Amino acid sequence: MIRILKFSFADLARSRWSYIYFAFYLVLGFTLLFLNESLGKAIVTLINVIIVLTPLIGTMFGTMYYYNSKEFTELLLAQPVKRSTIFLGQYLGLSLSLSGSLVVGLGIPFFVYGITKSGEIWDFGLLLVAGFFLTFIFVALSFNIALSNENRIKGFGYSILMWLFLAVIYDGLFLLSLMVFNDYPLDKASLFATVLNPIDLARILVLLKLDISALLGYTGAVFRKFFGTQLGLVTSFTILILWVVLPVLRIVRKAKKKDF
Amino acid sequence: MKHALAGFFFLAFVFFAPTIFASPTRVCQTCKKRTIGEAIRQAQPGDEILIAKGVYYEKGLIIDKALTLRGEEGAVIDGSGKGDKTILRVEANKVTIENIIFRNVTKNHVKDLAALKVHKARNFEILNSTFENVFFGIMIEKSKKGRIEGNRVSSKAISQGNSGNGIHVWHSSKIDIRKNEVWGVRDGIYLEFVKKSKIIDNKSHHNLRYGLHFMFSNHDEYIGNEFYKNGAGVAVMFSKFILMRKNYFHDNWGSASYGLLLKEIYDADIEYNVFERNTIAINTEGSTRINARNNRFLANGWALKVAGACYKNIYTKNDFIRNSFDLSYNSKLNDNLFLGNYWGSYTGYDLDRDGVGDVDHRPVKLFSYIVNKTPESIVLLRSLFVDIINFSEKVSPVFTPDEIVDSKPAMRENNAKL
Repeated sequence: MIRILKFSFADLARSRWSYIYFAFYLVLGFTLLFLNESLGKAIVTLINVIIVLTPLIGTMFGTMYYYNSKEFTELLLAQPVKRSTIFLGQYLGLSLSLSGSLVVGLGIPFFVYGITKSGEIWDFGLLLVAGFFLTFIFVALSFNIALSNENRIKGFGYSILMWLFLAVIYDGLFLLSLMVFNDYPLDKASLFATVLNPIDLARILVLLKLDISALLGYTGAVFRKFFGTQLGLVTSFTILILWVVLPVLRIVRKAKKKDF
Repeated sequence: MKHALAGFFFLAFVFFAPTIFASPTRVCQTCKKRTIGEAIRQAQPGDEILIAKGVYYEKGLIIDKALTLRGEEGAVIDGSGKGDKTILRVEANKVTIENIIFRNVTKNHVKDLAALKVHKARNFEILNSTFENVFFGIMIEKSKKGRIEGNRVSSKAISQGNSGNGIHVWHSSKIDIRKNEVWGVRDGIYLEFVKKSKIIDNKSHHNLRYGLHFMFSNHDEYIGNEFYKNGAGVAVMFSKFILMRKNYFHDNWGSASYGLLLKEIYDADIEYNVFERNTIAINTEGSTRINARNNRFLANGWALKVAGACYKNIYTKNDFIRNSFDLSYNSKLNDNLFLGNYWGSYTGYDLDRDGVGDVDHRPVKLFSYIVNKTPESIVLLRSLFVDIINFSEKVSPVFTPDEIVDSKPAMRENNAKL
């Protein structure tokens, strides 16, 4: 598996898109830090970028990479290698290269501007961890979709729809239900709904660490009470890990049965 | 002869007057008078008492005649934090207290013990004194024409129920509170039933509740003060004809914190103030005929939160820059006017280059409207969906109140110099 991971990683490392993705974060990081006078503000701006962009890029790359390397995969399948090894290797190779672009691309500008000496290092770290998880989750989900759909167009369509649902439509339904059930106490319900969606969960985890959390008022107090405890943190990270593990398990199972 | 005698008496008067009237009685460890209490009791009206350097453990002192009490550098009156007495009580007109350090006032839940209490007095002056570890610092009751200048009041308040106010004025008029600094108490400066007073150039910070608390006080002005890091900011309630100018409200940050809380205010002028980094810069409720002009709102959570029953308020030439929400409104009815403000979120253009945007600006975002209706929805802050609905609402307003509009939005900041 390690060898296939290396292949995938080396393949991606040579591809133009990885560099573009890396360069994008590098430029974004430097620009934000240049325009904002403080690291904290740059982190707040980055929340939006990370929670929207990392899932989208993960989804796109995941689907694209699967379909593009299909011939190579079929060649590998002819060799005496376990199927799960091939697909897991590819999955990890892609996820690691994407999250590597994120961490290094943003890490360099923030390091240059002295994040290691400032108090915001933990907020920044959490932001990167959130981006890391989101990448792994969405690459896994898109691999699933691509494995289940031979038709590229369909596969792309479903992937984009999946991203759209989790990033936008989910929040819309969430907001709508909050407004419809306005007469009931909704703190717990909104907490529950937030925890279920990885994008929302990542967003809230980072928001609560920042100054901006004061805006959340008493709903925020409920959230802080939950996420401030050991149980809350363990729960939220468990859920993020589950979001990675479950789709990956399905990749393995699906790959075993699939006719190529 | 008669004239000569008169002349003699006149000369004698001129020569001896300073020694008779103005030579101060000195209080020190080795002087004739070793306690301040003794010195006050034996003094004549108009005398001056000079307190030498040292710590005097005295309390329950009462000044009942016109005196000047002045401290040399390092003169401390220590209330020792026990018993149930105010350190010094002033009950006469024309009393001056200057350059004295008051320390350690007992906390008491029945009596409002203060370091210095002025009761039914006129023309008093409290100058350049320091009040440390107090329950209440300076307390003025039913007095007139006083000056409180250059004092420093502080304590280590931990809970609201267990602490007093820094400068507490009750039922008084024409009080001039100037250049004081107050921190670590419950309310920095508290005024109740205070008329025609001026609060100028003070600093009030790190207080548990309000930096300045204003109740039932009419015709007052506060100018050039700085309020920061107070538990709940500044509250102005139930008052008429208030002028607020050139104050700086900043860093009042927390889930229940305001830069300025206005409640039941009529005919106030709020101008040239700067509000920076407050959770809610101005929260206004039941306020009428307020003129807010040339203020600057920078990087607040909410710049302006308007609750019910606010009529005939005018907001002109203010700058709204980098606030999470510029304006939040919870009623459909609008009787307030927004004109000529600079909105950082304005996306219009100015083709004729007259400095006024050609397109109307609607400062209420759909999301801020929704948050008002359903507070829990704030958890969607910074979600992509929220950005999308805000944008679509901006393009064609459906839900947000139609009348809340700035028809002459400024293209450049109005008050960049503040």
